Amino acid sequence: MQLTNRSKQVSNKEMTLAEKMYLPAIISGLGITISHFFRKKPTIQYPEVKKYLGPIYRGHHILKRDEQGRERCTACGLCAVACPAEAISMVAAEREKGEETLYREEKYAAVYEINMLRCIFCGLCEEACPKQAVYLRHDRMVPVFQERDEVIYGKDRLVEKMDDRYIRANNSEVDTTPTEPSLTRAAT
Amino acid sequence: MDLTVLLVKGLIILIIFVITLTIAAYSTYGERKVAAFLQDRIGPNRAGPWGLLQPLADGGKMFFKEDFIPAQASKWLFILGPCLAMLTALMSSAVIPFGDTIRFGDYAIPVQAIEINIGVLYIFGVVSLGVYGVMVGGWASNNKFSLLGAIRAASQNISYEIALGLSLIAILMMTGSLSLRAIIDEQATFFEWNIFTQPLGFVIFLTCAFAECNRTPFDLPECETELVGGYHTEYSSMKLGFYLFAEYINMFVSSAFIAALYFGGFHYPFMSEISGALENSLGVIAGHNVATAIGIIMFFAKIFFFIFFFMWVRWTLPRFRYDQLMNLGWKTFIPLAILNVVITGAGLLYDFKYATWVIAITMIGMVIVSNARAPKREVVRPGVA
Repeated sequence: MQLTNRSKQVSNKEMTLAEKMYLPAIISGLGITISHFFRKKPTIQYPEVKKYLGPIYRGHHILKRDEQGRERCTACGLCAVACPAEAISMVAAEREKGEETLYREEKYAAVYEINMLRCIFCGLCEEACPKQAVYLRHDRMVPVFQERDEVIYGKDRLVEKMDDRYIRANNSEVDTTPTEPSLTRAAT
Repeated sequence: MDLTVLLVKGLIILIIFVITLTIAAYSTYGERKVAAFLQDRIGPNRAGPWGLLQPLADGGKMFFKEDFIPAQASKWLFILGPCLAMLTALMSSAVIPFGDTIRFGDYAIPVQAIEINIGVLYIFGVVSLGVYGVMVGGWASNNKFSLLGAIRAASQNISYEIALGLSLIAILMMTGSLSLRAIIDEQATFFEWNIFTQPLGFVIFLTCAFAECNRTPFDLPECETELVGGYHTEYSSMKLGFYLFAEYINMFVSSAFIAALYFGGFHYPFMSEISGALENSLGVIAGHNVATAIGIIMFFAKIFFFIFFFMWVRWTLPRFRYDQLMNLGWKTFIPLAILNVVITGAGLLYDFKYATWVIAITMIGMVIVSNARAPKREVVRPGVA
């Protein structure tokens, strides 16, 4: 079976004088390596420079608000059911009078927690959600945690901030994904 | 000798010592950078700007590692090994003339640690002592792999020293002196650089220098794939550091030696015109000193090029097999070097310096003829049955 046309038949044929002298081969080899010396390096200096990972990258979770700033989540629990790692848990509550500007529908999640050590970032919660409330944002990763009590993310860290709204941009011109919030908005 | 002369001399020795150590330390950094660049990587860049503090970090790491001496090892010889390697490596830069003279008052002091009239012989003596460091270390480790590495180092160095010496004899015949300064002064004009008069000798000398430094493609004493780590398998901490450091010092010294012997040392094209112009504009003493400084810079540029070349070759060529190494040394280089001596002598008889080009041209001709007569290699196309 032949996979590529780059294979070479090995032979024990006696070397010619030029091959025995090694020098022509050595010089051509040195030429090859020095051409690599001046080549542009493909390395991305990771912590400082981050590659744009595409508009479908699954990163940090976010609980979306609608255009009027009301939380979309109705605590139906479909995301928790869909989650293969059982990372999501929530407590539902009914909306009181006067809270119509806070919550979109009559029921909302009083507590919504994701255990980031369990989460495998599969995105099934995003697909299960009927209210388009939970998303895995493409431009930000869950930071590395040092302590065990940093692991469970509550609503304070999941709900979208009104001054830092998340838009899933399909922008091919963005080629890096900066971590600073100010840079994020400029990039998206 | 006057006190000021002594002082300036001491200062020069100190500076050469410091420069040797600094260059050796930064060769480790350079090696990693060159290796990275040749392999489309970036290399160390975390310690300081562009990773420039990397040698310090490496040295610090070496010092803090456990200094381990195997129970069955011969303890004092085990300690003596790296000391010998380091000592001999540091001694050999003493006779290399790094520049012309520095003038002040009535004095003219050569930029050289010691000027002796047997400089080449001195370097050869010290370099052949260098293999003792490897041998003693490998033997004292009481480890079969180390011993094999040491034996390889010894036989390889002995084999290649002959060809090294023979290729040098042609130069000594042309100069008529063993003093390195005399050899450099002989190459004052550009087309009398020994690279132009001794092309074959240069190739032999360069290859043998690689073998003497235990550098790839001749790094058989320490080849990881066959001998774990070779002669320094059992070494750790700064003892290992000394071995590696000695290797880089040797690389620096042999680069300097090659530059001095074949590339005119501190000479450069249009040197006399430039130094004449400088002396006219700056006065005799200041102009001469500035010209000397330019010469030193040129010499170091040549040295750095050869250090780079050592690294470049290391990351290009695979290692020779041991029988190939011995065949190359005994059956190719020694006869060629003897032929080189004979042809040079014949040329000198008629006062013609470029006689060895005859060998080079003959060899190129033979290659072309043999290539033309060789049967065309059939292009085997696998898959087309």
